[in-house]
Amino acid sequence: MGNGTSIGRVRGLGSSHHGTHHWLATRLTGVGNLVLIPYLVISLMLLNSYDYASVHAWLAQPVPATAMVLILLNTVYHARLGVQVMLEDYVHGEGGRVATWLLINIVPAAATVFGVVCIVRIALGGA
Amino acid sequence: MVQASSNRPLSPHLQIWRWGPAMLVSILHRVTGNALAFAGLGLLLWWIGAIAAGESSYQVFIAYVWTGTASSLSVLTSILGKVALIGLTWAFFQHLATGLRHLVLDIGAGYELDANARWSTLTIVFSVCATALVWAYLLLSH
Repeated sequence: MGNGTSIGRVRGLGSSHHGTHHWLATRLTGVGNLVLIPYLVISLMLLNSYDYASVHAWLAQPVPATAMVLILLNTVYHARLGVQVMLEDYVHGEGGRVATWLLINIVPAAATVFGVVCIVRIALGGA
Repeated sequence: MVQASSNRPLSPHLQIWRWGPAMLVSILHRVTGNALAFAGLGLLLWWIGAIAAGESSYQVFIAYVWTGTASSLSVLTSILGKVALIGLTWAFFQHLATGLRHLVLDIGAGYELDANARWSTLTIVFSVCATALVWAYLLLSH
């Protein structure tokens, strides 16, 4: 931060060398979703029944369990990036910015870990 | 932020523009994306959590989201659940189509007025048709 010159006042406040990361990560995870979510939708459509035994047996298999973990990593991150852009547009003020920063970092991390723990439990037995 | 406390002019917002397909699908992309992020991933996590917790938890999920057989409250939430599942199916296909539109726009193509309006309209045609096909299959085959 600066000594009052115009360049000093803006130095360190920008996205230097990271300006395209958010944009590119949105596209990369979007392409991931293009494969993962249709896989989930079609798999669910092809299930014969939605009772507990059928759904549990399907999700316990290696490929569906892997796909679901990838969805939890990829799709939750994609959602986090998108929600961040939305909140940056509509939430103003210093307090709101801090609240946004906490929300978009803590909630997706907690959601992903919870989901992965659930899938591990389903895939490796337990319930 | 800075804008809120200064007298700088604000850029005009929604009410000033004439509605067109590109404006509509741009707004829909954001609305559907956030619906999928909050309601979609929320329901997905509830579903996975219910399966992991065991059969009785899964029955609670099914009752509150689809069948409405658990309590009088679940009768109400199961109506909302059906609306949410069908709505989220449409939101997914709409967000997928407008997401592909964004990939095309990213490479600098599709900005001609006619083409832009045509492809914008087609994203809605696609999402409505795909949703109808998925749910027709689900309801007729199960």
